[in-house]
Amino acid sequence: MALKLAKPEPPMAPPPEDSRGRNPELEERLRWFPPNTHITIRGLDKAFGDTTIYEGFDLNIPRGKITSVFGPNGCGKSTLINMISGLIPYDGGEILFDGKSLSETHISYVFQNYREALFPWMRAIDNIHYPLKLMGVPAAERKRRVDALIESFDVPIDFNAYPYQLSGGQMQTICIMRALVVDPEVLFLDEPFSALDYEMTLLMRDRLQKIFQERGTTMMMVSHNLEDAVWLADHILLLTRKPTRIADMVAFEADRPRTATTVSDPEFVRVQKHCLEIFLKEASVR
Amino acid sequence: MNAIERSIQSAKPLWGVLGLLAVWWLVWKIKVADPVLLPSPQATMFSLWSGMTDGSLWHDFVATVRLTTVSFLLAAVIAIPLGIFLGSSVPLYRSVEFIIDFFRSTPASALFPLFLVLFGTGDLSKILVTAFGAGLVILFNVAYGVMNARQTRLLAAKVMGANKLQTLRDVMFWESLPQTFIGLRNGISLALVIVIVAEMFIGSTEGLGHRLVEAQMLFRMPEMYAAIFAAGALGYGLNWSSVMIEKRIVHWGGK
Repeated sequence: MALKLAKPEPPMAPPPEDSRGRNPELEERLRWFPPNTHITIRGLDKAFGDTTIYEGFDLNIPRGKITSVFGPNGCGKSTLINMISGLIPYDGGEILFDGKSLSETHISYVFQNYREALFPWMRAIDNIHYPLKLMGVPAAERKRRVDALIESFDVPIDFNAYPYQLSGGQMQTICIMRALVVDPEVLFLDEPFSALDYEMTLLMRDRLQKIFQERGTTMMMVSHNLEDAVWLADHILLLTRKPTRIADMVAFEADRPRTATTVSDPEFVRVQKHCLEIFLKEASVR
Repeated sequence: MNAIERSIQSAKPLWGVLGLLAVWWLVWKIKVADPVLLPSPQATMFSLWSGMTDGSLWHDFVATVRLTTVSFLLAAVIAIPLGIFLGSSVPLYRSVEFIIDFFRSTPASALFPLFLVLFGTGDLSKILVTAFGAGLVILFNVAYGVMNARQTRLLAAKVMGANKLQTLRDVMFWESLPQTFIGLRNGISLALVIVIVAEMFIGSTEGLGHRLVEAQMLFRMPEMYAAIFAAGALGYGLNWSSVMIEKRIVHWGGK
């Protein structure tokens, strides 16, 4: 896959500074690529009919971090990750991954509705194989990669079963495995736990954290649940009501692995409280 | 005791049959209806048995099965790919929907004269008119199955990098299968109806429809009843087989 150069092309020699010591070219480049940024969004526009959701929206998603997206209902959380992942078109602006376009980037997406995201006519194992098949990976290589993935997951699932024979948590695990088998550069998750019960949610977010610690994949997760959003995240992106702007980008730097007791950690409580305050200011409940 | 109870339970579908035979026999015995018009159950069953074993009814039965199967397969082979193609684009389907609905609602028997003029009085006419009627039913079900494909599944395929053709082949086709089978089941029932009617009225020399009309003209009542039962058994068998095939293939249906 050809790697497109950063846009605009980086200068070969240090560009000349102007009279006030500024460097316009470097500034322009840094506008696109602030250090440690993976996804750059510039001037994004999106409207549904007469309703403007995004207008001139800029955002940087950091590399190798988990970014949770949280905000009031209808502010376009899912719309945002759906536009970034190419599921829905946007009206204007540009989204780049390390300077590459979406078609030059391997991304994966985990849907909220695992039952409808899996293919029930295929066994669980074939569901995991499918994206590799689409990429044209030969059968032997496919088998090797899927076997390695199954081994690293170490979960008691009958991979020869059909999806409808599995439990909800097992189905979502298959979805996550199907997403990871292609070694995506970015993993998008749209409310991945919202159809699971509390016990399964704790298990699944723990599993997701383990995957993240092993692989360091950039992840972007939409969440309805502030506790999940903060617990998993390095950054919590808080959005306003529409037309949507960034209300705040809150860092949560607790050490990993985080455990079930992390939620009573003073730093966790502080961050969650801060996020809640901003959320309440934006949401219509007040 | 338990085993007996179980066998009584599993024999339930037979009770109705036995009841019907009993009423029939009684009506015949006390001569409520003219015995020429209503033969006894045993005479009818004997006619069914002898017709099947000596080959005369069996020959017509096979002729009808052949015509129905060929017409149905022709209909399916054309209607399934065409339905997937039309259904994959809602604007495209909307533009032909009226034509499909119109001809789907037109009784196939009303088209007999047209097909006779176009294709003559042979089997070709019967096959084509049957395939036309059954094909439209299949087509419309397949197209609706494709149009109602789960959005999430299509998006999942898209985000995994499937192109149009791969999405059509790997997702839309399978997503439409439950609805396709509804179309196939309705289609084969309709095909049998059209074939029997065609055999009655489009100069035939064989088939259950031809046999029915002939027996009626010659007042061979046991033979006519036997042909009716043979046609009923055929319809039931075709429907049952399609349900069984559907259960095997669409194993995820309703789950």
